[in-house]
Amino acid sequence: MTNLSIIDKLKRSKILDLLQEGKRIDDRALDEPRPLVIDTGVIPHANGSARARLGDTEVVSGIKVQPDKPFPDMGDKGIFICTAEILPLAHPSAETGPPQPNVIEIARVVDRGIRESGMIDLSQMVLQKDKSVIGVFADNVVTDHDGNLFDACSYAAVAAIITSKIPKWEMKDDKPVLIEDQASDTPITTIPISVTMGLMGEFIIVDPNLDEWECLDARITITTNSDGNIVALQKGGSDGFSLEQLVKCSELSIVVGKKIRDIIKQATEGSK
Amino acid sequence: MGGRETDVVLLDENGIRSDGRKVNETRKVTIKVGVLKNADGSAYIEFGGNKILAGVFGPRDVHPKHMSNPDTGILRVRYHMEPFSVSERKNPAPSRREIEISKVLKEALEPAVILEKFPRTAIDVYLEVLQADGGTRCAALDAASVALADAGIPMRDMVCSCAAGKAADALILDVNNEEDQAGQADMPIGYMPNLGKITLLQLDGVLTTDEFKKCIELGLEGCKQVYEIQKNALREKYFSSGDNN
Repeated sequence: MTNLSIIDKLKRSKILDLLQEGKRIDDRALDEPRPLVIDTGVIPHANGSARARLGDTEVVSGIKVQPDKPFPDMGDKGIFICTAEILPLAHPSAETGPPQPNVIEIARVVDRGIRESGMIDLSQMVLQKDKSVIGVFADNVVTDHDGNLFDACSYAAVAAIITSKIPKWEMKDDKPVLIEDQASDTPITTIPISVTMGLMGEFIIVDPNLDEWECLDARITITTNSDGNIVALQKGGSDGFSLEQLVKCSELSIVVGKKIRDIIKQATEGSK
Repeated sequence: MGGRETDVVLLDENGIRSDGRKVNETRKVTIKVGVLKNADGSAYIEFGGNKILAGVFGPRDVHPKHMSNPDTGILRVRYHMEPFSVSERKNPAPSRREIEISKVLKEALEPAVILEKFPRTAIDVYLEVLQADGGTRCAALDAASVALADAGIPMRDMVCSCAAGKAADALILDVNNEEDQAGQADMPIGYMPNLGKITLLQLDGVLTTDEFKKCIELGLEGCKQVYEIQKNALREKYFSSGDNN
């Protein structure tokens, strides 16, 4: 951590002192994520949507489903694209303009977790092989930033996808034509859950809030699927992990991931 | 992984991979140090079919000035692929993938570089992928560490890097392009052997926790092999009986 302000340095020493006593600055246990609240169907114009509130971090995710061209080497699969944006109202430091590397990283890590888990069965989303497929676009906007945007965006996107509906198109004269009122559930194979952990000194903390986030030594995001396997992972931050720490993180990601998955399952059940 | 259909046999009945390697074998790695005249430090790596140039400038003045930090130097990394480096021409503008890799590589090098010694300055690392063949970020990281050392920048350790992964249900070292496209998992790892710290770690693909641990251990073996090649490359330039420097 080479870019800390004076305030952050003071916060860091306070947070580290508390960690020595096994405490966190917001009284959570080290392996305890903040409370997660998921509301679904918040944007009726979208094909699926969710608002995730992880502590004081809030993300709205909207799913849009529309016909598109397949990726050149994947003509037998639909496409999935995930984006993220920190809105300027989310934090005083957030600025408008082209996406910064940290935001691009968030979008790509969320995308990778969903894609690599095979959450959406994209093989069912082909209208005409190599010509026309159905595209699923998950756009995440951060409306309130209190740290750990990786998980907040991921939970919002996953909940939105689970509740989304795929409209029906048929090919007529080589063009997809929408068939009204024939939407079906999105084919879901598994529920990927990311768990982000921070490293500070010797301590590993689950779901760091913004105070903690700004003075972490390093962080890691591990995404697991419903079977409890690891499907994606990303290390970040200016320090490294030992092998033992990584093994501990992988175990934490499964235990914590299971609890979060249950919350998301429960929140999305009614709206399916 | 994409799990794309392919005709290639990733692992034959004798446990030999599509490019003739065993599961725990890396591709051929060669590193040359000091290949550029103008850069303060440079390296060229061939990692299998990957051909990558690394150039380091600095510590030098920071532009734009507002990026400079009175407490410490800053490290900036740009990973970039040439349009001709892949089979279909790549748009030369930096893609989202390249921006992410640049960030991840910066964070993999930062633990190694002693930046506090150079407040208000920048160290710039430029990584140019001339030819890509799977595992470019690892090869680029290997070259970057050597180029930083060549530039005389004080470091805690060198970062060495190699990927491990899974293809045809076997854990494999140093995932090549075909295995990346059609395999089950790809996990690039960056490691500082003297400090025992893993500074680069990404994964896409499905692994059980047990496989995850074994995969890291396998990858670390590859990293250590690369580390020796990095050290030898530096020795070649600085301690050979020839007339270099």
